[in-house]
Amino acid sequence: MSEMNTPVAAKLPSPEEVALIKKFLNDTTLFLGPDPEIMQNHDLMPRSEVEDECMRKVGDAHTIAKIRDRIQAGCDEGYEMVEQMGAAPGAKWGDVITGVYSASGDLAIASAGGVLIFSALVHHPIKFIIKNWVNDPTVGVNEGDGFIHNDSRYGNVHNTDQSMILPIFHKGKLVCWVASTVHEGENGAIEPGGMPSMAESPCDEGLKMCPFKVVENYQIKRDILTFLQNSVREPKLQYEDMKVKLFACLRIKQRIEETLNTDGPEALISTLRTTMENVRAEVKRRVSEWPDMTVRTYIIQDSTLRENCVVKINCKLTKTGDRLIFDFRGSSPEFTNRATNTIVAGLKGMLAQVFLCYVWPDLPRGQAAFAPIEVITDPHSIVNCSYDAPNSQSLMSIFTGFTAGQHAVAKFLYSCPEKYTKVHAPTFNMINTFIWGGVSQHGETLGNLCADLNGMGAGATVDRDGEHALAPIFATMADIGEQELNEEEVPFLQLVSKKMTRDAIAPGKYRGGQGYTMMVATKDSEQWGFMTVCQGAKFPPLQGLFGGYACGSYPLCKVQGVDVYDVLLNEPHKFKHSIEEIMNERPFEEATYTTHHMGMGFEISKRGELFMISQGAGAGYGDLLERDPAGVIRDIEEGLMSPGVAERLYKVKFDPDTLAVNHEATAAARDAERKARIARGVPYAEFIKGWNKPTPPTHLQYFGCWGDDVAKLYMGSPDKFRDANAPRPNYMPHPKDVRIAELESRLLAMGAMGGEKQ
Amino acid sequence: MKVLMTEYLRIDLDAEQWECRVCDHVIGSAGKSYKEGMLVHNRDPREIHPPIIDPEKYRFTFSPDPEWVRILEYYCPHCGTQVETEYAVPGHPPLHDMEPDLPALRAQWARREEVKEAVVGPAVTADKGHGH
Repeated sequence: MSEMNTPVAAKLPSPEEVALIKKFLNDTTLFLGPDPEIMQNHDLMPRSEVEDECMRKVGDAHTIAKIRDRIQAGCDEGYEMVEQMGAAPGAKWGDVITGVYSASGDLAIASAGGVLIFSALVHHPIKFIIKNWVNDPTVGVNEGDGFIHNDSRYGNVHNTDQSMILPIFHKGKLVCWVASTVHEGENGAIEPGGMPSMAESPCDEGLKMCPFKVVENYQIKRDILTFLQNSVREPKLQYEDMKVKLFACLRIKQRIEETLNTDGPEALISTLRTTMENVRAEVKRRVSEWPDMTVRTYIIQDSTLRENCVVKINCKLTKTGDRLIFDFRGSSPEFTNRATNTIVAGLKGMLAQVFLCYVWPDLPRGQAAFAPIEVITDPHSIVNCSYDAPNSQSLMSIFTGFTAGQHAVAKFLYSCPEKYTKVHAPTFNMINTFIWGGVSQHGETLGNLCADLNGMGAGATVDRDGEHALAPIFATMADIGEQELNEEEVPFLQLVSKKMTRDAIAPGKYRGGQGYTMMVATKDSEQWGFMTVCQGAKFPPLQGLFGGYACGSYPLCKVQGVDVYDVLLNEPHKFKHSIEEIMNERPFEEATYTTHHMGMGFEISKRGELFMISQGAGAGYGDLLERDPAGVIRDIEEGLMSPGVAERLYKVKFDPDTLAVNHEATAAARDAERKARIARGVPYAEFIKGWNKPTPPTHLQYFGCWGDDVAKLYMGSPDKFRDANAPRPNYMPHPKDVRIAELESRLLAMGAMGGEKQ
Repeated sequence: MKVLMTEYLRIDLDAEQWECRVCDHVIGSAGKSYKEGMLVHNRDPREIHPPIIDPEKYRFTFSPDPEWVRILEYYCPHCGTQVETEYAVPGHPPLHDMEPDLPALRAQWARREEVKEAVVGPAVTADKGHGH
């Protein structure tokens, strides 16, 4: 051992020196990046002295309820303003929210409608502003200021969502904050529409706005606005929606000021804090009524949106006393150059939606409902990605994380005597819609999406079928939009829209709500294209519940080399209104018909070529042999399921012409099937001897833990893995390079490389 | 005292056993996974999610890929009720999906009346609307 390595007792700095070092580091910080102290914490801030004093002065439940209702109404008013005036399709169809935050930055009250997760994450950028800008002489936080933000690494879902944040003062003192958030779409990324799958680093993802001041004296600063407009494909949208969000915030401010004038600041501050503390306490009480138990589940993502592979979202949910702990350790490592990663705050925000949308919708919508619930992840995992990892397609991981949570929670709720909703199988979780972009028929450069992403099929419940195309998992009160209105602005038609996709089913005693077909074709632009950004073309992204089945899988189908508008004009009888008929019958002679996974990068389309997809079904509930035969027949009558499939799966016997059920024969067929199950089923101990394998299969690129060993994360093959706590880069090759290598190896094997020098 | 744990399973807290709610069959120790007392069938997912477009012509058909995913169906060995399904990567060990803490469960239910019919939860009902 050399002398240099001999351990020497370090001299500990004195408290004065520690203070000096801290001041030096604060004064000389080179870059105010996302702050882990803010970003890793989703709990409420400690009660401040001011809040404590206000709560001592104003504690009357009626006064607090009255003020909470007024603030709630103000948030709802702001929400309506954004929805009615916003230019982004997301704004028009409800992908919007408004909220009021405490002076410390906690979300106290959010609008009743809209995307709660947006609001549930804005406390992070507000806390960043409080920590860094309030006392910075070059920035400051003053009456009349407004801050903009979109970078998810500072607290957001993805950077297509933009927030406007206003501090609210009363007699010179900051009393609270208001914010409005919209899924804006276009953000200047490598692909149009705001959610690029092709992003291989954060630098490909377009505008990355840390929280900064864009409004002074209630006026948008034109120089900064122009810079932002110059950075995106839709400059008019950027301006209009900044104004809309600002004015929505000002309306909420007006309502808050009315309250301040009638009841005083103490009453307002007490209301905000009391609401949050009461909700937090009530959540702990409700959790304590659940059974102490551990529930395990996993959801598989079957692609990175660039290539198919098996990506595990692993979830262990443990409840002990009044503690509830989501443990996502064992989930896939983050992808260094794929955009499907999420920051952990995004995952938490979406888990909050499980509770506020599906378990305890009676609670006031705010941050407090998830505040006492704990979340554990591995570092640099797909559900807790690093600063350097792209995350513009974070929806893939937060939505599959949501489903893991929803699936696990249902198994706790069943036995609870006290319920606030019905036990619920997972709702469909992918944004099966078209993202679009290019130059419109009016010469406008556009980039955005169809609101069909809001039409996810609902999961079945304990006593009824799931509803079709009901709502997105991230907002219970959003709309799927009016396609005819969109068509005035965009140069394509949905030739088939909102027609249920037959046989794309999730069977069960109660079946999942189904999804509908969308067929789009460009018409009036030579510069227009589409993307799809979903997983689940090979491996369903759900699990069924209590014997019910999940949904099937959903591909993208293309028909190229045809102009269907010419067909509709000259030979209209050839056009068919289902994917099944068009792909199987191939009615357009010269066309090519192909299928793909649902991660289609932005692709320019030609006039009249068809792109066809389907929204997905929510999961089924219970044993399908217990389904009421009348429900099976109703599904046939409504075109949800073909008679052959119905009879084969549900063992219902009926007259093919009249659909009259033969109940006796049905009972006999079902009894026979139960006996057949017993005959073909293998005792568990024997089954796992043949089934269980020590490592992931070699024929799949597998990412994440295998079985219960969460310490070892596989990275694409059985011989490549990492220690869960020791991050490693996880690069994926370009899919075209992979394809070229495959084809070259074939050429080489055939001796057809033509003597090409290497 | 028995606790209704799922649509088809309950736990007898005194005997510490999982039971089938359809046929009363004693499945096995509640200290272990109920799956250990089940029959299992490795289902090709194409049988449940039929191809909508021709698998002879296309790579993606609306059916899950059987080389990527299998459906493990768990049956009560006595009555054949399908108690649970599990969409699994081929070869992935089945999950111990519900692992209750029996002493805690017993203590919790010591304070409650036994529930013999599952509590469904509130229905969503139409509001009467605003009126004067």
